[in-house]
Amino acid sequence: MIWVHFAFLTGAAVLAVLWPLMRAPRPSVRQAADRGFYQTAISGIDRDLERGLTTPGDAEAARVEAARRLIASAASAPAQSASRPRLRIAALAAVVLIPALTLGLYYYTGNPDYSDQPLAARLNAPPDGMDVNAALAKIERHLADNPDDARGWEIVAPVYMKLGRADDAAEAFRQQIRLLGPSAQRASAYGEALTYAAGGQVSPAARAAFEAALKEDASWPQARFFLALALEQAGDRPRAIEAFTRLLNDTPADAPWLDIVRERIAKLKGAPEAAPADAPSNQAAAIAAMPAGERDQAIRGMVAGLAARLAQNGGDIEGWLRLVRAYTVLREPDKARAALADARKAMTSDAGAIDKLDMLARELGIGG
Amino acid sequence: MIGEFTGHIIEAGHYALVLALALAAAQATAPLWGVRRGDAALMGIAAPAALMQFAMIALSFAALTYAHLASDFSLANVVENSHSAKPLIYKISGVWGNHEGSMLLWVLILVVFGALVAAFSRAMPDDLRAATLAVQGWISGAFILFILLTSNPFARVFPAPIEGRDLNPILQDIGLAIHPPLLYFGYVGFSISYSFAAGALICGRIDAAWARFVRPWTLLAWMFLTLGIAMGSYWAYYTLGWGGFWFWDPVENASLMPWLAGTALLHSATVMEKRGALKVWTIFLAILAFSLSLLGTFLVRSGVLTSVHSFASDPQRGVFILAILVFFIGGSLALFAWRAPQLKPGGIFAPVSREGSLVLNNLLLTASCATVFVGTLYPLALEALTGEKISVGAPFFNLTFGPIFLPILILMPVAQMLAWKRGDLLGAAQRLTLAAAAGFVTALGLGAIHGGPVLSIVGVMIAAYLIVGSFVEIAGRIFARGVSASVALARALGLPRSAWGAAFAHAGMGVTLFGLAATGWGIEEVLAIRAGDNVKAGPYEVRFLDVETKPGPNFRATVARASVTSGGREIAVIEPARRYFPTRQMSTTEAGIVTIGLGQLYVSLSGENADGSLDGRIYWKPWVSLIWIGALFMAFGGLLSLSDRRLRIGVAKRARAPAAVQPAE
Repeated sequence: MIWVHFAFLTGAAVLAVLWPLMRAPRPSVRQAADRGFYQTAISGIDRDLERGLTTPGDAEAARVEAARRLIASAASAPAQSASRPRLRIAALAAVVLIPALTLGLYYYTGNPDYSDQPLAARLNAPPDGMDVNAALAKIERHLADNPDDARGWEIVAPVYMKLGRADDAAEAFRQQIRLLGPSAQRASAYGEALTYAAGGQVSPAARAAFEAALKEDASWPQARFFLALALEQAGDRPRAIEAFTRLLNDTPADAPWLDIVRERIAKLKGAPEAAPADAPSNQAAAIAAMPAGERDQAIRGMVAGLAARLAQNGGDIEGWLRLVRAYTVLREPDKARAALADARKAMTSDAGAIDKLDMLARELGIGG
Repeated sequence: MIGEFTGHIIEAGHYALVLALALAAAQATAPLWGVRRGDAALMGIAAPAALMQFAMIALSFAALTYAHLASDFSLANVVENSHSAKPLIYKISGVWGNHEGSMLLWVLILVVFGALVAAFSRAMPDDLRAATLAVQGWISGAFILFILLTSNPFARVFPAPIEGRDLNPILQDIGLAIHPPLLYFGYVGFSISYSFAAGALICGRIDAAWARFVRPWTLLAWMFLTLGIAMGSYWAYYTLGWGGFWFWDPVENASLMPWLAGTALLHSATVMEKRGALKVWTIFLAILAFSLSLLGTFLVRSGVLTSVHSFASDPQRGVFILAILVFFIGGSLALFAWRAPQLKPGGIFAPVSREGSLVLNNLLLTASCATVFVGTLYPLALEALTGEKISVGAPFFNLTFGPIFLPILILMPVAQMLAWKRGDLLGAAQRLTLAAAAGFVTALGLGAIHGGPVLSIVGVMIAAYLIVGSFVEIAGRIFARGVSASVALARALGLPRSAWGAAFAHAGMGVTLFGLAATGWGIEEVLAIRAGDNVKAGPYEVRFLDVETKPGPNFRATVARASVTSGGREIAVIEPARRYFPTRQMSTTEAGIVTIGLGQLYVSLSGENADGSLDGRIYWKPWVSLIWIGALFMAFGGLLSLSDRRLRIGVAKRARAPAAVQPAE
């Protein structure tokens, strides 16, 4: 279809050049143009005379001069000639060279395979073909026009958190609270987003949010955790230990944050060695303290360990994600790709996990 | 197809651009062959090729505009310079708010002029028209090739991002919609004068008729350049936030040089038309004006200079434009060297005569142009050769450009009084007594009100003399002793419009000079602003009402609302603001300006302090708007003169019918 249009354009261009060649020759306007010019010049002299810009004697001389120039220009007009072969050569050149030059250069610079991609149409495309960013952009646009749509803010907030856009997430939670009123979950999530946005520091605003959450539900564990963390960051060690301990006592044995709370308490009590062996922060600190060569070695050792563990037990999606990332950091894209493929195989039945893998692949640019 | 959709407007525009290059090639060659052989059919290719080339470039430009409007982020150009939340007007003006798009606009205007010549110059001799359009084809071909090879606005990205990086916030202003198109019409308009000159050299028809044909085009370009420069200056004035309007910046100088050469060309073309003299010189000026336009394009586009005008710089582009520059300047000068010796000198004329004064005008204008040239290029050349950086700014230009331009201003009204061939200097001076008196009275009056500096008083004196003096010649024609009002009116209407045009354009220069001179009386206050503050600025008082943050479409603004009062009476409320654009992480200043009479009160914010106060400046600038109003006068003068020319060319066409009786004037 696109080539039909190109052909049409090319045809128009060629015709513009052919048309004057095919037309019957017309008489030159050269002499007529000259005569017109000198006649106006003579009337201009009369006008100057009237305005006093020239004297009658000079005006007469100027008239004579204009007439002399007119005769001179008529005498110098060249004879017109037109020859059939010359026109044929020109026509042939136009028909051949214009398309050839255009196609040659367009082949070099053009992208005939690319369609237009207007943004509105991309955002209206069926959702299955849409990437996360496009979907998010679509909801953002909707929210810009309908800022009171609480449901929209509920959808984007966790997505922002996953994408690491903590500032935007905080704003989304703030809007939810504005529209739906505070709940323990919303207020706490808002505080959490503020804390991430501040690089892990529990700001006064975040503290207020966590306190608001506890007002709704005094047992809400996330709020209690971050308030305890705030005490720790403020340097109030005894009260921080007390708060974490109370949280620990209220925590059921299977809660996923149990280890984290334990770790904080251990750290505050000044006994880091009591922490579980693979607590990432301690291990990371230890590795960071090593000399460069050794550090690399240690990291590779850890990565190899993780790979071995996943090869035996492939059900740990977080582990897979960490492994793919680690290979990318170590600049081993082939291994990263291989790990990604292995992860996909291991996770075939888990659609959520596959999504995460796709997102990571896109983020790292290693092919989806 | 890559991408989910089926439209291909963008690639059609891309293809049309390539096709325009092929047409330019045809237009550049076949008509010249026709001129050489005296073949009317081959010469006839020039006009339709120029029209079709215009259609193709227009299609291409429309496609790029469509991409910007539709936020098609599959184009690198759109990604880098647009944002889906950008207001509509900046989506349109953003098309040329970047290197690639601005070059496409350059070419669009070039082919617009080509098409206009093709459509409206039927009274011209065939060979001259064909050769002129052929040269125009060379120019457009060179620039289309430049675009396609180094600056393609249709380059694609895959995968297409979902959002763009936004336009440079400084350019998100109504000024971008007006200033570049006007300026380009000026710059590029001189390409027509150039093509006419080259065409005349090729055909060997360098005569008075040629001067007549080239004049309206030069006038048109000159008008647009005048408006473009003025608009650029006003934009800088209100957007940069410190009240300056001309900085002798190389980019500004690059536009001033063609203006000076073009002004000289307008005047010398008159001599050539009326007296058949100054032929070589006029042709040379026509070449010079466009060469300086090209030089300006090179300076701005090559990355030699860094400024808001240069966008991305790329050495490859610089070399390419330099090659274009060398080809067109070298080519035309070679033609010139070949033909100029065959020209017969036009005769000697008396120094005191209209043509004598026009020669003086030309000498002074080209000399002033040369000082700007030296002041602009010397620092660049020095830096390129030795690495040493020197700054040539206002002091240099005030000392060199000023003294050369001063006699032009003083002699302008005198020259208007002189007759062709021999003039009466003493008589002219006598008739200007009134103008001189007006100058003295103005200087005394304003000097008494405002006081020093002396330069301002002398400036307004010359300005008032110039404004009044520009109309003395016309007034003398209209009002004779004992003439009734109706006769005077009839005489006024009967005068050629070009005479009115000259008077208005010259007076406009005086008006601008008035505004420039009055800047010496301005008042400036630098201060920290808080809500509730009261500040005195000249005869006015500014009270800051409140400071608040407001959201914009793609920015957040900090606005300090202020009330301007005079003697306790509120005149206006202004809202100077700082705008922060998150996508580019840049801030811009929106000055709050209120025009009171012909002066302006100007408040700008330069930054926010931690304690909540704002850094700001307040200016009271009496008469300042005259600087730009003067430019409007000049352009209006050009328009009057142009309308006269069109009528007279119409006469030339009709003159083929015999016995056309000239009405008595």
